[in-house]
Amino acid sequence: MRGIQESLNEIERLGVRPVAISVDSPQESRALCKKAGYTFPFLSDPNTDAIREYDLLHRGAGVDGHDIARPAEVLIDASGVVRWANLTDDIRVRARPQQILEQARLLK
Amino acid sequence: MACGMGNLPDIGEKRMNEPGRNWPLWAGFLLCLLAVPSYLLVFAKYPVTRDLPWATFLMLATGLVLLASGVRRAYRRPGEYRGKIAGPILGTLGIALTAFFCFGVFYGSKLIPKSGAAPRIGQRAPDFTLVDTANREVSLASLLAEPLPNSQTPPKAVLLIFYRGYW
Repeated sequence: MRGIQESLNEIERLGVRPVAISVDSPQESRALCKKAGYTFPFLSDPNTDAIREYDLLHRGAGVDGHDIARPAEVLIDASGVVRWANLTDDIRVRARPQQILEQARLLK
Repeated sequence: MACGMGNLPDIGEKRMNEPGRNWPLWAGFLLCLLAVPSYLLVFAKYPVTRDLPWATFLMLATGLVLLASGVRRAYRRPGEYRGKIAGPILGTLGIALTAFFCFGVFYGSKLIPKSGAAPRIGQRAPDFTLVDTANREVSLASLLAEPLPNSQTPPKAVLLIFYRGYW
């Protein structure tokens, strides 16, 4: 996320809107954005509706056994079609900004 | 120029009757002890030291080598170096810390669902409506339709970044 923020201008110039999604409440996300300086949208999915819809649920992996989202990046074009998806197999390893910029350059 | 070298006082290994400090033992232990917190607080922030945690492995390996040499010194030259009791304890703790980190990196962080039904390339992404940090309702359709900041045109694409959150 830090990497996304650092490359945000370039990502937006290529026409891509990054949007973060987690089970965190809007208040928690607001605090995170303020603390970390994130300026792109953060959405709240406390009931894991969208997370389940995308089959990205990680059952019982949160504090007190809450269901949370597993890390993933999905690039969706203007017609609503998936153009790229990154389903990591390691929670420590996320998409790097270079990968996202590369994919963004492929968009028409 | 070499004359007299043998007469220089040996600072590290002085006084035969009183064993000296065994610094590799403590330095090694300290390195192992700092490896995990430094990964979580510093190295995990940068992809180069996060994805393959080479900096942390280097700290742990250096720590273990120092610990081993410290333990060796304590047993081989007990008259010169302390640490016959502390050595094995610190050594065991160092190995345990290394094992803990390796377990987390090679096993723990890979325990995530396969997500076999996640939308694939070419498939239509499911729409959703969620709330943003200002409690406004936001849908995928609206994210695709609204102009980007500092722009009059809607985006070419939206990048959804699902993350674990801080609960």
